[in-house]
Amino acid sequence: MQLLVTIALTLLRAKMRQSVVAAVGVMFSIAMFVTLLGFMNGLNQLLDGLTLNRTPHIRLYNELHASPEQPVQLAHDDSSRSDGAAIHHFIRSIKPKDDLPRLRNATAIMSAMEKDPRVLAVSPRLVAQVLFNVGTTDLTGQVNGIDVMQEVRYYMFQDYLVAGDPYDLSDGNNTIVLGKGLADMMEAKIGDLVQVTTATGDRTMLRVTGYFQSGIADYDKVQCYANIKTVQKLLQRPASYYTDINFKLHDLEEAPAMAKELAARFGVQATDIQTANAQFETGTDVRNIISYAVGIVLLIVAGFGIYNILNMMIYEKLDAIAILKATGFNGSDVRRIFLLLSVIIGIFGAIGGLISGILLQRIIDNIPFNTAALPTITTFPVDYSIRYYIIAVTFALATTWVAGWFPARKASQVDPVEIIRGK
Amino acid sequence: MNKSALVLEVEKVNKYFHDPVTIQVLKEVSMQVARGEFVSITGKSGCGKSTLLYILSTMDTDYEGELKIDGEPTRKAGHTRLARIRNEKIGFVFQFHYLLTEFSVLHNVMLPGLKLALKSREEVEHRAMELLDDLGIADQARKAANQISGGQKQRVAIARAMINDPLIIMGDEPTGNLDSRNSDIVFDIFRKIADEHKRSLLIVTHDQDFAARTDRIIEMDDGRVVP
Repeated sequence: MQLLVTIALTLLRAKMRQSVVAAVGVMFSIAMFVTLLGFMNGLNQLLDGLTLNRTPHIRLYNELHASPEQPVQLAHDDSSRSDGAAIHHFIRSIKPKDDLPRLRNATAIMSAMEKDPRVLAVSPRLVAQVLFNVGTTDLTGQVNGIDVMQEVRYYMFQDYLVAGDPYDLSDGNNTIVLGKGLADMMEAKIGDLVQVTTATGDRTMLRVTGYFQSGIADYDKVQCYANIKTVQKLLQRPASYYTDINFKLHDLEEAPAMAKELAARFGVQATDIQTANAQFETGTDVRNIISYAVGIVLLIVAGFGIYNILNMMIYEKLDAIAILKATGFNGSDVRRIFLLLSVIIGIFGAIGGLISGILLQRIIDNIPFNTAALPTITTFPVDYSIRYYIIAVTFALATTWVAGWFPARKASQVDPVEIIRGK
Repeated sequence: MNKSALVLEVEKVNKYFHDPVTIQVLKEVSMQVARGEFVSITGKSGCGKSTLLYILSTMDTDYEGELKIDGEPTRKAGHTRLARIRNEKIGFVFQFHYLLTEFSVLHNVMLPGLKLALKSREEVEHRAMELLDDLGIADQARKAANQISGGQKQRVAIARAMINDPLIIMGDEPTGNLDSRNSDIVFDIFRKIADEHKRSLLIVTHDQDFAARTDRIIEMDDGRVVP
C-alpha cells in the first residue's frame, strides 16, 4: 500500500499543474459551500430570532367571545318539532359579557406550571389598550405590563432596547419604555413624562426610561412596555390581574401538544409558537434547501473536474500502466493508484477549502450591515457551525472518490499487450 | 530432463485473431525452455513470434493449450496469481524501454522489487545499485529516467527485469532500437546472465547475427515452429 501511495504521489507531482487545478476546484466548492451555508443560516437565525426570541412557546389568554348558546335555542330544540322542519335561529340577544380579558386563577396556573418539568420559564403579562395624549391629539397604543427580569432572561428584552436600561423599568414606579416609532411621533425624550388615558378614562403620567425597537415598524408605533405593577395600577386592578401567561419550554417541539393540553386543563385559549409562526419555518426550510442544492452542485462540478483530469492522465500514462502490469502489478493495484490520486486531490482540496471557507466566513462576518430594523446587528450574521464543514468534507471526499473510481476502473482494465505491441 | 529443470513449457497452443476475420495465428505450438538456456525465437514479420511471446509472458490469456511456468499450470490461474508470477518469475525487456519518466533510474529498477516485497526497501535498493553497477550505469542511478541515452535506458530496463532474480527473462526485440555497439553490449549482458546467473532467456528477434550467438534458435513460420 505504501508503495502505491508513493507511485500515486510521484504521478501527482509530475502533473502538478493539473492536480493543483483540480484541487483548487474542490477547494473553491468547499469554501463556497461552507460560506454559503454559514451565511444563509446566520441570516435564518437572525430573521427567525427576530420573531421567535420575542415569541413565547405557548401563550395562554382569555378571548372575549359570544355566548355559544343563545336562549332561544334552548326553547326550540329540533327534537321538539313534530314536523321535523329545520329551524334557523337569527336572534342573538345575548352579547359578550362585560368582562375584561383577564385570566381567572392566573396565580394558581402560574404556580402549578412552574413545577412542570417541561417548562423553562413562566412569565405573566398584562396588556392594556391606552391613548397617549400628545398636545391636542391622541395616539393609540398598547402597554404591555411585563415581568422585566423574566423578559430579559428569556425573551432577550434588552437586545431590543435601543436606549435606556431595563433595570430602570423594573425598579421604577410609573415608568414606561416607548416603541421607537411611537416615541418619535410623540417627540418624547428619555426622562419626559407622557400622559396616558385608559379605556375607562383614567389618566396617569408615566416617565419614559427607554426606547424599544423590534425591527417591525408598525409594531414599534404601537407597542410600549411597563412593569406589570404599573399597568395594574393604571387599570386599577389587583395584583393577581393578568391577561396572558407566557411559557418558554425546554423543547420547542412539545409546544403544539402542550398548548392543547393546557387549554383543556385550564379552560382558556392557548396558542403555540408553531401555529403562530408557521411561515418562518417554511422560509427557513426553503432557504436551506436552496443553499444545500447550490453547494452540492458546486461539489459535483468539482468532481467532474477531477474526473476529466484523471481521464487525461490515464491516457497520457498508458505506457506506465502497461509496464506496471507487465512487471507484476495487478489490476486492483492500478485501480488503487488512480483512486489514491483522486482522493489525495480531494484531501488537499478539502483542507484548502476548509481554511478558505473559515476566512471567507470571517470576511463576511466583518462586513458592516446596519439596518434600522435590526438595532443590535452591526455586521452580517454568520453561523460558524461545524456541521457545514463536516458535510462539505464528507461530500467532497465522496465526490472525488466517485469521480476517481470510473477513470481508475478504466485504468485497471488496460490491456498491457495492446499497449506494448502497439508501439 | 526432470520437471524442475524446465522453466517454461507450452503444449499445443492455438491462438486466433478475430478482427476483422478469424485467423489462426498460432498452430499447435509446443516448446520448452530449460534452466539457464539462452533461446531466441526468429521468423518473418507476422509469423506469430511476438504473439507467442506475449502468451508465454502470461499477459495474453486468450489462447488454447497449456502453459506451465516453473512447473505450475497457468491456464486456470487468476489475474492476481498471474501478476504475481510475472512479478516473481519473469523479467521483461521490450523493444521500447518503458521506463516511468516520473521516477529516477534507481526507483524504476526498484519498483518490481518493492511490489514483490520479499526484501526490505534497503535491500531492494542495494540490489538495484548492484545491478546498475554490473551494467555499468551506476553513475546514472539518481538521474530522471528521461535524462539518459537510449542504450542506457535499455540497460536500465534489463536491470529492472533482473531485480527479483526471475527464472526467465523474456525480450521482444530488445535490440531493435539500438545501434550495433549498444546491441553488442546488451547481448553480452544477456550472455552473462545466462552463463553466470544461470537464468533462462527467451528473446524474440529478427536480427540473425544476434540469434546465431544464442544457445538455441526456435524458428517460426506461419504460426508453426519449424522443426
